[in-house]
Amino acid sequence: MNFVTETVAWLIDPANWVGAGGIPTRLVQHLLFTLVTLVLAAVIAVPIGFLIGHTGRGRGLAVATSGAFRAIPTLGLLTLVALWVGIGLNAPYVALTVLAIPPILAGAYTGFEAIDRKIIDAARAVGMSEAQIVLKVELPLGLPLLIGGLRSATLQVVATATLAAYVADFGLGRYLFEGLRIRDYGEMLGGSILVILLAIVLEGVFALAQKLVVPRGVTAGLPTDIRDGSSRSRPAMESTIKEGTSHVRNE
Amino acid sequence: MFAMNRGRLTLIGVVAVGAVVALAGCASGDPLAEPASSAGGSTIVVGSQAYYSNEIIAEIYSQALEAGGFTVDRQFQIGQREVYLPDIEAGKIDVFPEYTGDLLQALDKTAAGGTSDETYEQLQAALPDNLRVLDQAGASDQNSWTVTADFATKYNLTDIASLINVSVPITVGGNSELETRPYGPTALKEKYGIQTAGFKPVEDGGGPLTVKALEDGDIQLANIYTASPAFESGNLVVLEDPDALFLPSNVVPVVSDKIDDAAAAILNKVSAALTEDTLVQLNSQSVNDELSADKIATAWLTKEKLI
Repeated sequence: MNFVTETVAWLIDPANWVGAGGIPTRLVQHLLFTLVTLVLAAVIAVPIGFLIGHTGRGRGLAVATSGAFRAIPTLGLLTLVALWVGIGLNAPYVALTVLAIPPILAGAYTGFEAIDRKIIDAARAVGMSEAQIVLKVELPLGLPLLIGGLRSATLQVVATATLAAYVADFGLGRYLFEGLRIRDYGEMLGGSILVILLAIVLEGVFALAQKLVVPRGVTAGLPTDIRDGSSRSRPAMESTIKEGTSHVRNE
Repeated sequence: MFAMNRGRLTLIGVVAVGAVVALAGCASGDPLAEPASSAGGSTIVVGSQAYYSNEIIAEIYSQALEAGGFTVDRQFQIGQREVYLPDIEAGKIDVFPEYTGDLLQALDKTAAGGTSDETYEQLQAALPDNLRVLDQAGASDQNSWTVTADFATKYNLTDIASLINVSVPITVGGNSELETRPYGPTALKEKYGIQTAGFKPVEDGGGPLTVKALEDGDIQLANIYTASPAFESGNLVVLEDPDALFLPSNVVPVVSDKIDDAAAAILNKVSAALTEDTLVQLNSQSVNDELSADKIATAWLTKEKLI
């Protein structure tokens, strides 16, 4: 049990909660780094995703490119970029943005693709311009899937942002590198737990956002979901396929 | 329906118990512990640091031993000294390429050091009873305080003490552990009164990123290992160390009781052939020619007629 006690001791040691290398500073750094990376990735990926989703063109290219992007090892890319631009935060920003682009891109175009074509046709029929279709129809309807893309990007970035500490005195990754090098496993595990907690909090925020952004018109039109998950509803489903009988169970 | 629920409950129970068992395993075991070593067999476990040059030497030891009829289990890239030293002391690793001064300082923080031979003798005395060092090689690969040639010219730097001439803030760069090493920034302040302006971690062990950071001026002072091929360019200058802040660190195999005279003779022959220039060349083959450790080792051993 020594790891657990070491970790708890590290986490509650007041000395670790103050100063430039303290937990609050590193948490804020980590969070800021994650947010800036997500904004950078979104600025690149969202317009491209919307364009692909709206026109229906270039999907194959986007899938192939973002698939290739996903396969890039982040530490390798970070080292390459750092050899070019030097140490500091620039290289981690580039490497992590590349990591965050594929899920956001996928979220953006699948959000548009998932919309029933009849709705788009209807919007066009009532005289909406292409810009209006994108902004007033496709964007709100596709938003939950886009947020879903941002959500999975966030999870990847918040975990991988520990690599920023490879070339900069920045973020929660410092605890991992330092702990590994000086064999302080309490510090390492403590740092990991902080990363996990941050990831869980961000997951919660996004899960909530994903629910909130579903347009009211979409939920209003849906029949109320009455399934309660118990096995009682199963026999009822069988009876509905009998033709000519009422839907009332008569067994 | 009831049966199904019970089945599901059982499943949840199994998963929960499994998770608890797995977590308990995490908490009590050392995740870096080696699997039970094949004690009693004739397998020799050779370890190496997570440092490319050390891995090349470990590979040379391994191939030389294999050519001598021994079975070798390679446990390379174990990490820094804090990580693997307990495993060597526990007898889980039989042969490990080490550096005399660095290892001595790790075993005895107050060690006096001195010349290369004095350091070697002190190291032999400092090792636990179940371990010994074989002959040391001519090759050394030691820590250094390194600056760029331009920086050295500008501030007229020759040795470490002359860093006091520098009128700009000195930022130090290197692996995380450098901050707490006995020759780290604290030693600079206590021994020479040199106030450093801060520490920037660059976690590639004095590799290309550290060199780049020096050249870019992101850091002014770095710890670069003296056998690094980065010195071939002539853009870097190692500050002289007349007070032996860094102990002489010759390459030496640390071995357990399992190494018999035949195996020791093989390793001593390797050490005799391993000169300073050789090590820089081997490192250069890895960094500049991107050859793998086993290829570099085979080529060198063949050339030296050791296998």
